[in-house]
Amino acid sequence: MDSIIFYSIAGVLLILSFFKDKKKTKMALKKAWKAFENILPEFLVVILLVGFMLAILDADTISGIIGAKSGWFGVILASIIGSITLIPGFVAFPTAAILLENGAGYMQIAAFISTLMMVGVVTMPVEIKYFGKKSTLLRNLSAFLFSFLVAFIINLVV
Amino acid sequence: MKNWIKRYRFFLLTLLAMLLLTLFNRTLGLKALSITGNSIGEMMLIIPPIFVLLGLLDVWVPRETMIRYMGEGSGLKGILLSIFIGSAAAGPLYGAFPVAAVFMKKGVKFSNILIFLGAWSTTKIPMFLFEIGSLGARFAITRLLIDIPGIIIIAYFINRMLSKKEIEEMYAKAKTLD
Repeated sequence: MDSIIFYSIAGVLLILSFFKDKKKTKMALKKAWKAFENILPEFLVVILLVGFMLAILDADTISGIIGAKSGWFGVILASIIGSITLIPGFVAFPTAAILLENGAGYMQIAAFISTLMMVGVVTMPVEIKYFGKKSTLLRNLSAFLFSFLVAFIINLVV
Repeated sequence: MKNWIKRYRFFLLTLLAMLLLTLFNRTLGLKALSITGNSIGEMMLIIPPIFVLLGLLDVWVPRETMIRYMGEGSGLKGILLSIFIGSAAAGPLYGAFPVAAVFMKKGVKFSNILIFLGAWSTTKIPMFLFEIGSLGARFAITRLLIDIPGIIIIAYFINRMLSKKEIEEMYAKAKTLD
């Protein structure tokens, strides 16, 4: 759904740009292509690894590990699973809802969702290409630890 | 041609490993390959407009404008703008990295780039609506309220942990990436 919005915005701006300056528009498209092609090899590796990982870790496997009684141990496992998997949000949220119905706890789900969105172990090669090793490691590590705080507070509130 | 193989060698190796896996364990291999196919489809759907917008931004918005709004001394305005742009985004986090590279080229302050990255990763508006629908308003709003300060604190923490030289090197590298 939101990709339609993005296509519309990009399309309208591209047409405007074209009428204002053809040469600049051509340059913009060239830059867009180059930026994309530059990162494509890393993208492809990441996508293959994600495919492999999701084939192993399905909803049943995950809910078996992070049940409501699993406590902080479950939170740690949920964080690790969230960190290494890369599931798009519109799949992750309904999955999380199903996991909750199947006995996963709110605290564990919060840790899972939070690390899923903020920590990306498989995308690290891409991130390192732009940000370098140190910044990438720091960002992922802080986000990982931060997710425990999120889990703790969600557990108090929800 | 040789250059092409060198750049794509990890991809080719991973693909080969995947095909070998499919030979030994057909079910698992085919499942993995079909998920990969889906992800590539999804990527092809989401990525093009992001990169087109990036190209347009690069060509049309002058560096001075970006510095004024998000560079050194942009203060609260820069922080809010970074959160807003990141939250309005669509697509997985790796879509944000090329955007960050253009921001570096345009002189956006590093802490603001990190805030943008944090917002893109976890406070995206379309995802927030979806989260309310799946996990309930209490869950989603609580998470959002913790995430906003969290993102800012993490950004300033990373910014402090890096030396000026390390950040300058990163910015210099971003210029070579397009």
